[in-house]
Amino acid sequence: MNFNRRNFLITSGAAMAGTIIIPPFLESCSSQKISPDVKNYLEHFQMTTDILGKIISGAMSKGGDYADLFFEHRISNNISLQDGKVNSAGSNIDYGVGIRVLKGDQTGFAYSESMDTESMLDAAKMAASIASVRGAFNNDIFSEKVPSDYYSIKTTWEDVSVKDKVPFVQNINDKIFSLDEKVIKVNAFLSDETSYVLFYNSDGRLSYDYRPLASFGAVCIMQKGKQIENSYSARSYRKGFEWLSEELVDEIAKEAVDRTNLLFEATKPKAGEMPVILGAGGSGILLHEAIGHAFEADFNRKKTSIFSDKMGKRVAENFINIIDDGTLINNRGSLNIDDEGNDVKKTYMVKDGVLNSYIHDRISSQYYNVEPTGNGRRQSYQYIPQPRMRSTYMEPGPHTKEEILAEVDYGVYVDNFSNGQVKIGAGDFTFFVKSGYLVEKGKLTEPIKDINIVGNGPQALSDISMAADDYKTDNGTWMCGKGGQSVPVTMGLPTVLVKKLTVGGINT
Amino acid sequence: MTKEEKYALANRVIDHALESGAQQVKVIINHNQSNNISIREEKIENLEQSIERGMRIYLFVDNKYSVHSTNRLDNRRELNKFISEAIESTKYLAEDEYRSLPEPGLYYKGNGPDLKTCDNGFKSIDPQQKIYSAFAVEKEVLGQDERIISVTASYDDGMSDTVMVTSNGFEGDRSNTYYSLSASVSVKEGDARPGDYWYDSSVFYNQLEKKGIGKKALERALKKLGQGKIESANMPMIIENRLAGQSLAPLVQALNGSAIQQKNSFLIDMLGEKVGSDKLDLVDDPFIISGRGSGLFDNEGLALKKRTVFEKGVLKSYYIDTYYGKKLGMDPTSGITTNLVLKPGDRNLEEMIASLDKGILVTGFNGGNANGSTGDFSYGIDGFLIKKGKIVKPVSEMNITGNMLKLFKNLAEVGNDVYKDAAWRSPSLLFNNVSFSGL
Repeated sequence: MNFNRRNFLITSGAAMAGTIIIPPFLESCSSQKISPDVKNYLEHFQMTTDILGKIISGAMSKGGDYADLFFEHRISNNISLQDGKVNSAGSNIDYGVGIRVLKGDQTGFAYSESMDTESMLDAAKMAASIASVRGAFNNDIFSEKVPSDYYSIKTTWEDVSVKDKVPFVQNINDKIFSLDEKVIKVNAFLSDETSYVLFYNSDGRLSYDYRPLASFGAVCIMQKGKQIENSYSARSYRKGFEWLSEELVDEIAKEAVDRTNLLFEATKPKAGEMPVILGAGGSGILLHEAIGHAFEADFNRKKTSIFSDKMGKRVAENFINIIDDGTLINNRGSLNIDDEGNDVKKTYMVKDGVLNSYIHDRISSQYYNVEPTGNGRRQSYQYIPQPRMRSTYMEPGPHTKEEILAEVDYGVYVDNFSNGQVKIGAGDFTFFVKSGYLVEKGKLTEPIKDINIVGNGPQALSDISMAADDYKTDNGTWMCGKGGQSVPVTMGLPTVLVKKLTVGGINT
Repeated sequence: MTKEEKYALANRVIDHALESGAQQVKVIINHNQSNNISIREEKIENLEQSIERGMRIYLFVDNKYSVHSTNRLDNRRELNKFISEAIESTKYLAEDEYRSLPEPGLYYKGNGPDLKTCDNGFKSIDPQQKIYSAFAVEKEVLGQDERIISVTASYDDGMSDTVMVTSNGFEGDRSNTYYSLSASVSVKEGDARPGDYWYDSSVFYNQLEKKGIGKKALERALKKLGQGKIESANMPMIIENRLAGQSLAPLVQALNGSAIQQKNSFLIDMLGEKVGSDKLDLVDDPFIISGRGSGLFDNEGLALKKRTVFEKGVLKSYYIDTYYGKKLGMDPTSGITTNLVLKPGDRNLEEMIASLDKGILVTGFNGGNANGSTGDFSYGIDGFLIKKGKIVKPVSEMNITGNMLKLFKNLAEVGNDVYKDAAWRSPSLLFNNVSFSGL
């Protein structure tokens, strides 16, 4: 987003964690031509091109092959409701620069939370020590990389006060209570985040990004007789305050109530292997766990992924196309530049059933000698980038949901999930089903709940025998964890049939 | 920042907040440093250093409540503005009469014993020595088996200093250190590339076990070759000590004041009731020397006490903090767990395995979850099939499914092999009649 500089200097008295870094208006003595956009970011972080050059030279001083600086200023706010009132709020400011040095596939990393040159040089020298040869590096190249524009917004979260946000959270509570007499409690929340990113590397690439992210949701708790059940619904996007509306409140409230209601009658299926129909939308968790992680190129480079020697090979039916995409408009997983300053792409991991591409960070794309895919992501300036997913989904297939149902004699239909996991090498993945239905003789019958489903990645992928034309993205609050780092992602799927997976359940 | 400087800053922030309209304030200042060294293919793969500082400010303004944090501590003008704006925005919230700092009478008053949670030599350890110890872990594995495809050895350490001050009379600080060495090994046979890891951790550098970690990780990975699922059935389950603490998590979460008051617990109104078998004897002990969860005061400043959580399966204590205590009309007991100690039994893991005609030894969890309101759970597992007292085959890609209350009623035996490298210290556990799903 090409924001107006005014935006991040203003602090309205009401914005909670407004941007209150006060820039000293340093002027660069360098003769470099710098666009007004980059200049804004330099000023935001109290930097000049001279200082950037100095830090990167410090990072390269022991003979590293490559170094980068990732400046980040993140402002987060949240408000929440319990027992009928919006009665808790929070805010957080995180500010610093991560300094990384690469020597081959070796990484040195340190960060500084202070923008004084001395502290940054200390961190640069620490990161530099991954290499051990004395080297001289003088950097005065500044090549601007204009970021994409996948999430432009109208009203920034920095310009909105707690007062403006409270009514939406209150309304979602009132709406949920109005929908069903069994509702006894509601927990609701609204959180927003704004990140300013400035990136510079030893190749001279200089770029920046402005990343808004907001999440809105509620847990609905209902009681029927002695039985208490709860379920959750939320939406999350890289959108501005204009995103909030009464329609959105209604959509989330209704989904939370419907999902909870289903649980009162729900049972558990028989334990064991059976056909599993994955409903359109959140079932994309199958792709994320069964396939996505195992396609992350660091695992393949190290040969620890079960897909390590499958590139170019058939891994699924020919109507299956699986994509990891960082370019979807306003999507929670999208990025204008990745956290290594690279262009973000739409990457076909599986094309026409054949393994087409891993997803790469800088180290792996150099190892495999391919173009970067823009999957280098990090939780914050405090972490090193890794190959990570963005939005992972399957394109629509040739079948219909009705045709898929008709195929199943006894199995389960699942469409609401809370979490998943995978063991990369063994290929065993799991996802936890909050609710779904039994499928008997081609029809959805009793609801089911709280079961874990387990399968093996390559087997499950080749067992996808049908895919419908009803593709849906799940824009929930998905967080993906790897190596101690969390990043926001999304996922999506049309209705698909997996011939068999192991379903947690009852042994009779 | 020295400890004195942290106290001075915390007090200055409290003064500013009180002057700006807050009636009560709590400030926590954290200062953490950590190092990570990972070794792969006889080279350093990652060398990471982290030093961070941050402040959390808890504001109580006209019966309204909010929490704010920042790592921008150096510019006084900026910090003051951050606090003033936080106070102004708090005023837009709804009132919550239950929010307040704790009763000062419940605060920790100082002069507690030295629990030995901090290695004062943290900063003087030679960085080269750390790197060598990680290389040595890798060396134990390299070349030991032709099925090895990847070995990563890591050295990690960290030190955290925390200072906490409240506007109604609490002042306290604590320091913790940790060290760990770990190895993770992947092996290959056919398409599958199972892996496993092993580690040791300690509070003091000289107590860190530096030998045998790589070897143990390799052993565990190799044992997994040929793993697969077996027929679904109800069988006894042994959970290895290293993982057993995790099986307590849904039970402990259900004891939390917030879960009880928000009706997200299956143990509401169960104080004094028998909810588990006689073998469920669980104590929360904050005073274990060098315990991973040891401390003298909690995150509110409340003085910690040793207490019984379950006695012969009977529920004895909830975890109630000040806020939910007021909402529930209960006295606060501290809302945090410290060291949870399950009373050990007589036999070790091998003897427990030998006692089973048929069952599964669980050595890894793979995802899954539990429903907080009902206690229903379903988790992915891997481990080993036991037949006639012997391990016969590695199993994987299976689930266990059931209800936490039933599971702990079926707790048949607690081993004597207490796992001490975690705050939740459990021996291996044997449960009867667990539903496994496989083929």
